[in-house]
Amino acid sequence: MTLLEFVFWSLLKVAVATVVMLMGIAYTVLLERKLVGRIQNRWGPSRVGPFGLLQPLVDGAKSFLKEDLIPTAVYRPIYLLAPLISLSCTLIFIAVVPFGPPNMGPHRFDLFEISNINIGLLVILGLTSMGVYGVALAGWSSNNKYSLLGSLRSSSQLISYELALGLSLVGVVLRAGSLNLRTIVKQQATLGMATWNIFGGLQFIAFFIYLMAAFAETNRSPFDLPEAESELVAGYHTEYSSMKFAMFFMAEYGNMINVGCVATLLFLGGWTSPFGDLFPQLQSTFINLFAPIFWFVIKVLAFLCLYVWVRGTLPRFRYDQLMNFGWRFLLPLAILNIVGTSLWLAFQ
Amino acid sequence: MYLILFIVFAGFCLAGAINLLLQTHPINSALSLIVVMTSLAVLYLLLGAEFLAIAQIIVYAGAVMVLFTFVVMLLNAGREERTLGSRAARPIGFTAVVVLLAVFATVILRVQGLNPAVLGHGLTNAPNQSNLVLLSQVLFHELLLPFEVTSVLILIAILGAVAIARREGAERTAEK
Repeated sequence: MTLLEFVFWSLLKVAVATVVMLMGIAYTVLLERKLVGRIQNRWGPSRVGPFGLLQPLVDGAKSFLKEDLIPTAVYRPIYLLAPLISLSCTLIFIAVVPFGPPNMGPHRFDLFEISNINIGLLVILGLTSMGVYGVALAGWSSNNKYSLLGSLRSSSQLISYELALGLSLVGVVLRAGSLNLRTIVKQQATLGMATWNIFGGLQFIAFFIYLMAAFAETNRSPFDLPEAESELVAGYHTEYSSMKFAMFFMAEYGNMINVGCVATLLFLGGWTSPFGDLFPQLQSTFINLFAPIFWFVIKVLAFLCLYVWVRGTLPRFRYDQLMNFGWRFLLPLAILNIVGTSLWLAFQ
Repeated sequence: MYLILFIVFAGFCLAGAINLLLQTHPINSALSLIVVMTSLAVLYLLLGAEFLAIAQIIVYAGAVMVLFTFVVMLLNAGREERTLGSRAARPIGFTAVVVLLAVFATVILRVQGLNPAVLGHGLTNAPNQSNLVLLSQVLFHELLLPFEVTSVLILIAILGAVAIARREGAERTAEK
């Protein structure tokens, strides 16, 4: 493969992944509004396009065209930088997520992952920890006490749950013996669903911790204190309007998709089929190309639906309950899980 | 290719460091320090130390600097005034920097067994071995005792911080 071909295929991968991610974010919003609508016994958006399918596009256009208000007292450079940090940390994430097996493209080119690196999982954790800056700086630079309080609330929540999130993944890493996401998936894929980390790998405690921490990391209900609409002023993005607000909004929904991808890769067997080798492998190139993407998308979609379901049914935690839950319950449980997994692996 | 990346990120690193010194607003200095640390991580990556690079981002850029920015935000530190300072500071400072650099450079160049690193190559001779494996072997086999002692030291520091924070809180409630 020549250099030119390599550059062409890489650019194509980046472009496709980014566009799919952005469309995914837009339609996750619609999915949430529709499902929450059904849970609350109403229709959800239904006017624009068939079944309201064009609603996200119209919303996007609205955000672009709205007047962009910048309050006079803000600290301008950082005020403008903060939404960019948030959104870019979200969008870079997709670069290390593998959607399918390697060597499927022409010339054994890695078609299903933008960059296959041997510390993929750590890159994901690094991006999560950098994402805090967007929230913290947005609240501080707005020069508004509600924004500052909101951003302190969110950043302390993010930092607290980051620990539980990171530690919950250690069990999976111990089992796979690698930080490469492809290796982790391959290690789960031998017998289909029976060897997924959540079932056969006996990592269901880790999955539970990951799930809770992921809800908190993405500021979603029941941990959505950063912007508890019904009780508090909106939080760190109070002073943001039009597209800058939309960037925070997109970052939030993008993070939902991201944690869904990580859950799929680490606990639900990634792109592999839940049936393992029960059915004979088909010879069709088309099916071999699209089956991994199909399974991956189905799993992420199921995770997103779970998110919306929880949002529609569970009440919000109080702030002290949130902190107690994170530090006194999830963190010790995660450490116990690591100890248990290591003992199990040592005796095996 | 590697050389271009090196020059770009070394430039970022130096620019961030100079900006850190010149800015008067503490939050700008803190942000410049983040730029310095992330570009350092890229330099580590170019030298083939991928674990060190990502640890630099998670620990320093992600955790330590978040605490820095938090402190700056919570204290609401304003713009610092530029003082002329002691007249002796400037000549002594510059000479000290030059002397230190010279000492480091001679030591690094003279010591046997330290070879110049090559950009874009692995740290070890085995190209496909992750340096995570090597690092953990060194840490948990050869240097196990110092490693564990360090972690106990950090634990003591945490306990000390908690104890200090508690004592102040207890006094305050006693006054009431």
